Amino acid sequence: MPEQLIFAMEVTLNGLLNGVMYALVALGFVLIFKASGIFNYAQGVMALFAAMTLVGIQQGRVPFGHLINEIFGTDIHYFGWEVPALAAILLTVVVMIGFAWLVQKFVFRHLVGQEPIILFMATIGLAYFLEGVSDLMWGSEIRNLDVGLPQGINDAIDLATFEIFGYGFFIDNLDIAAAVIATVLVGGLIAFAQYTKQGRAMRAVADDHQAALSVGIKLNYVWVLVWSLAGIVALVAGIMWGAKSGVQFSLSLIALKALPVLMLGGFTSIPGAIVGGLIIGVGEALFEFAVGPMIGGATENWFAYVLALVFLVFRPQGLFGEKIIERV
Amino acid sequence: MSDPAASREVLDAAIHESGHTADAEGHVTADGRKIGAVVMEMKNITLRFGGVEAIKDISFDIREGEIRAIIGPNGAGKSSMLNVISGFYHPQEGEVWYRGERRPPMKPFQIARQGIARTFQNIALFEGMSVLDNVMTGRLNQMNASILDQAFWWGKAQREEVANRQKAEEVIDFLEIQNIRKTPVGRLPYGLKKRVELARALAAEPRILLLDEPMAGMNVEEKEDMSRFVLDVNDEFGTTIVLIEHDMGVVMDLSDRVVVMDYGKKIGDGTPDEVRTNQEVIDAYLGVAHD
Repeated sequence: MPEQLIFAMEVTLNGLLNGVMYALVALGFVLIFKASGIFNYAQGVMALFAAMTLVGIQQGRVPFGHLINEIFGTDIHYFGWEVPALAAILLTVVVMIGFAWLVQKFVFRHLVGQEPIILFMATIGLAYFLEGVSDLMWGSEIRNLDVGLPQGINDAIDLATFEIFGYGFFIDNLDIAAAVIATVLVGGLIAFAQYTKQGRAMRAVADDHQAALSVGIKLNYVWVLVWSLAGIVALVAGIMWGAKSGVQFSLSLIALKALPVLMLGGFTSIPGAIVGGLIIGVGEALFEFAVGPMIGGATENWFAYVLALVFLVFRPQGLFGEKIIERV
Repeated sequence: MSDPAASREVLDAAIHESGHTADAEGHVTADGRKIGAVVMEMKNITLRFGGVEAIKDISFDIREGEIRAIIGPNGAGKSSMLNVISGFYHPQEGEVWYRGERRPPMKPFQIARQGIARTFQNIALFEGMSVLDNVMTGRLNQMNASILDQAFWWGKAQREEVANRQKAEEVIDFLEIQNIRKTPVGRLPYGLKKRVELARALAAEPRILLLDEPMAGMNVEEKEDMSRFVLDVNDEFGTTIVLIEHDMGVVMDLSDRVVVMDYGKKIGDGTPDEVRTNQEVIDAYLGVAHD
């Protein structure tokens, strides 16, 4: 087998696993957009905040430590205990649910029935606010996140591919773990939306507010639920990306990578977010591999956006989005 | 005629004439249905939008098990009245009494949970969901497994889903829409959508069912079907039905008592026969044949 083809296979595989991570971030957007029509610009910052909170809880940091020390002239930074990973994750979930409740209570409850653009602006404000809160609460240093996910080269794949092709693929265990977790999460979310009372209520609210009210659905409750789910998805995305490249501000920018994924997959489709993520992941990896060397590399930075532009021109509703039909 | 007490006297007299007995506990109609005591009473309801009075000081009552029609020309305030009952509008003045208690101002979802289901004039279905899913949303309030049970599809959540699915299927059978169970509602023709909306309301097993023009825009055959379903629902489940309808033939056939509204005021209240011969009603609404 030609060497180039084998390399391309390795690149594709890594691209697929990367794509799962993109899909995970995009999923957070789709969830909120479907249920409330809000395009949540803050999704990326929520991932940052969730990851920061997780690290903070795990390491037993004092929230708002800097602030407290400044005001009272004290010098405390740690509680002096460490929380096991699983417990810390559960506590972070509680924090994210609390956050969802606050967002609903103080922001979106007052904006019901407003234009989508106004809701969107509100989420931009929310993003900056949350970024500040995150800094204030946990500081802005780069943190290592370790919840015990496997890391490093996967020996089994390395060995197996070496036997077949005479060349061992480098596949990171973390990417595999991320793909498995993302698959379980997505499967769970789809089943939840399809076969449970609250899932049905979520879909109903997304479809028609009046009708939802008339069958006895409490809109506020459903919205808090949706924001909580988005928070949990953000936490999972934050864990994966944080474990990969450290918890730092740039984590919030991965949200931007979700935009082309959404344009490809459609804003309203969960399967679309997954397929879109995979296409972008594989596409940018292969493009970099094939064309990158010819034009000086770093094509990953823009490939996804160009692809999204092409889609905007030819298929604005995305691959799986609901068709745009205008009745005259 | 606009005095509720007076109109009830007239009604009672009419019932007495027709050989039935009426009292606070209700009576039995000619075709053998049981009409019970007053289940809901609107007292001096006034509803304003800015300077416009949509409803002016209207009072009437609804008895358990009856079919109560509200008629009137366009813009008379009929839909507004239905919206007051279902909590989508809150009247500035007046009281709503439900099951012997004065109802405080409530959100529509709370009223739905009290057993009042409704359909809409312009159809408000979940277009992206299948017929079955739409009907299942009607069962939401009969399900109370905790969110954790639901998240992991444990014990109660699973049992509830199965039991309620059963009930939803019964309603679907009852309204003869089995063949479109899995079809997304958005793809259905108008007449069937109306029927699905009725199914969803019915799935909630309501005490009172509010129907806002259930037959608007239907052809004769569809109207006959829908009339039959309305009667069947009332007959089979004893559901109290309040309906708004323009087709006078339908109204006169279906309803036990009729409220007539015009420009936000009540101008008539009584059995179809009484309303038909009420001069004020004839002038305002039924009209004389124009040549």
